[in-house]
Amino acid sequence: MFLDQFVNAIGTGVMLGSIYAALALGLAVTFGLLHIPNIAHPAFVIAGAYVVAVGNAYGLDPLLVAVIALVPFYVAGLAFYEFYARLFERRGSADTMNALTLFFGVSLVVETALLIKFGTNQQSVSVAYVGQSLNIGLLSLPYRLLVPAMLAPVMVLILWLYLRYTHSGIAIRAVAHDERALSVSGIDPRWIKRHAFGIAAATAVVAGAALIIIGPVDPFGGRLMIGRAFAVVVLAGMGSLPGTIAAGILIGVSESLVSAFASPSWAPAVAFSILLATLALRPEGLFGARR
Amino acid sequence: MDVSRRKFGKLAGLASLAVAAPAIWTSGRAQSRPIRIGGSFSMTGPLSATKAGLVGLQIWRDDVNAKGGLLGRQVELVTYDDQSSVAQIPSIYSKLVDIDKVDILLSPYGAVLSAPVMPFIKQRNRFMAGMFTLASNDGVKSERFFQACPWGPDGKVNWARGFFDIAKASGCKRIAVLNADVEFAKVSAAGGKAAIQEMGLELVFEQSYPPNNSDFSAILRNLRATTPDAVFICSYPPDSTALIRGLSEVGIGDSVKLFGGGMVGPQYAANLQALGAALNGIVNFNLFVPEPTMTNAAVNSFLTRYRAIAVPEKLDALGFYIPPSYYVAGEMIAAAVDGSGSTESAAMATWLHANPVRTRVGTATFNDLGDWTERRVLMTQFQGVKGNDVDQFLQAGRQVILNPPALKSGDLIQPFMKARGA
Repeated sequence: MFLDQFVNAIGTGVMLGSIYAALALGLAVTFGLLHIPNIAHPAFVIAGAYVVAVGNAYGLDPLLVAVIALVPFYVAGLAFYEFYARLFERRGSADTMNALTLFFGVSLVVETALLIKFGTNQQSVSVAYVGQSLNIGLLSLPYRLLVPAMLAPVMVLILWLYLRYTHSGIAIRAVAHDERALSVSGIDPRWIKRHAFGIAAATAVVAGAALIIIGPVDPFGGRLMIGRAFAVVVLAGMGSLPGTIAAGILIGVSESLVSAFASPSWAPAVAFSILLATLALRPEGLFGARR
Repeated sequence: MDVSRRKFGKLAGLASLAVAAPAIWTSGRAQSRPIRIGGSFSMTGPLSATKAGLVGLQIWRDDVNAKGGLLGRQVELVTYDDQSSVAQIPSIYSKLVDIDKVDILLSPYGAVLSAPVMPFIKQRNRFMAGMFTLASNDGVKSERFFQACPWGPDGKVNWARGFFDIAKASGCKRIAVLNADVEFAKVSAAGGKAAIQEMGLELVFEQSYPPNNSDFSAILRNLRATTPDAVFICSYPPDSTALIRGLSEVGIGDSVKLFGGGMVGPQYAANLQALGAALNGIVNFNLFVPEPTMTNAAVNSFLTRYRAIAVPEKLDALGFYIPPSYYVAGEMIAAAVDGSGSTESAAMATWLHANPVRTRVGTATFNDLGDWTERRVLMTQFQGVKGNDVDQFLQAGRQVILNPPALKSGDLIQPFMKARGA
């Protein structure tokens, strides 16, 4: 019994952690790399989930819908950043408080728009593998969690390779460090930030697909994930993409073990306890560079 | 100045008329102005699915006004969006009473949102119909508060009593209780545990979990290890869905005969559609289902009209759970106003305490706390659900009523795994 519980708690924790990383990935780009606290990202994830639900209603697989919707979400991200930049950055008033206020407002607008368009009913998708599990010895992995969990490593790998080996990817990493130096190199920092926001928004639709495969969503579901998503990004070390997945898994496994062997009621406190302990001992996060 | 007796009489008469005129004018105006019924609805926010109740109330208002209103006065609804937030409630209800001057109050949805308004109505001696407010009046004990939902007397302990009656009748002895860490679920679980103790059953597992938990595999494994005969669940829609899916993924064991009880979610069309056949075997509460022992022409007519409004507005497509109770609230108010011949809170309350009210879902009589004296919470078992077509839930036989006995429409299929078709 103990071994069964332990093995499955680890397995479930890894899957949950990977899903947390998928949800936090866009935030790792906007907040971790650009230092713009985009608290509207979870609302974008929910919007992505709704788009996936609409596509699924026409018989399309949720993941296929997410891939199709990458480009529209990327464009929406570009427009979103342009809106933010025109409001604040061009006027030189892009401080954290203004950004938080704007993004909070945007998330309310997204929620209300979804409510008006789709009503109050929860949205869900129909996929054949929900309700079945992959059994390997003692380990039982529900496909409902396994399939979404596999998205995060794929997204992180693609994004990591892009940021490390492409010109525009390196520019994204550079823009947060020294915007002026980037300008001197002949690169428009605003274009780079806009592009980064587009990428972050595109990850939201994939995360939305992951979320709606796990269970039904409603327009207000984003509020529930803000805290955990920020915890993952900060714990990872503000912008470290492999760190995001490691931090997500650390939180997921800890929560799962607490849930299995102590009380599920304590599980949500785990993420923030780990975060506090890490910040006390290592303020730059688990994988953040010392500055 | 000399004032003759005749002149004095004329002056006194004119003065009396001047003093009385505003009162006469106001009284006449009050007799003609609409009866205002006020309350808050969660039009936005996490509880916005409950706004389907407003449609039920509007249908009642239209019916009453079409018949000439109450006491010859039209009925007018004054509603505000509480944004599903407790913080909004005190200011909304102060405004309804002090500025909008509503005659009759309707509570916000549920015990959590209603908690701040309960001391207010007690202090102001206002009449209020309680909407899905389980055990809300147990603390303040207002004699002018009346439940529109048939939780029964001592609803906190007894509202889900039917589940335990079925458990005992099925030979269940070992009971597990699992609940979300939210007010309604905690109150329900406490009531369940009291019922277990009272019936001499054994509580073999009790566990709470944080709201919106998406993975129940660890909990279900721990639960399965205790080999319960029945599992009493008090959950909210997202976790109800995750739990039901977890049943298919992890299993629950062969010992379980009965599973469910207080799960919120499988009352709504969207959840029924999403879960489909995975619902089979679950025994859960509801307030109305289209079984032959319960349905009648008046309810069917109401639901048909509701759906004509709800479907285009993307509200709950079935409307079994919330909308009928708002219509019932209207029927209670109408009976109290007509019966007492007044919109005064005291007169309405006195009349309701003394007289039964015939509603769409049965006759209601009230105890001192305003609870229905007879519990009419249904315990139904999902049977024969196939695929994800929501229209199948409009047919009889999909949610068979097991309790209360007076409304029983079928028999329990057990054990649980057999009922699920496993």
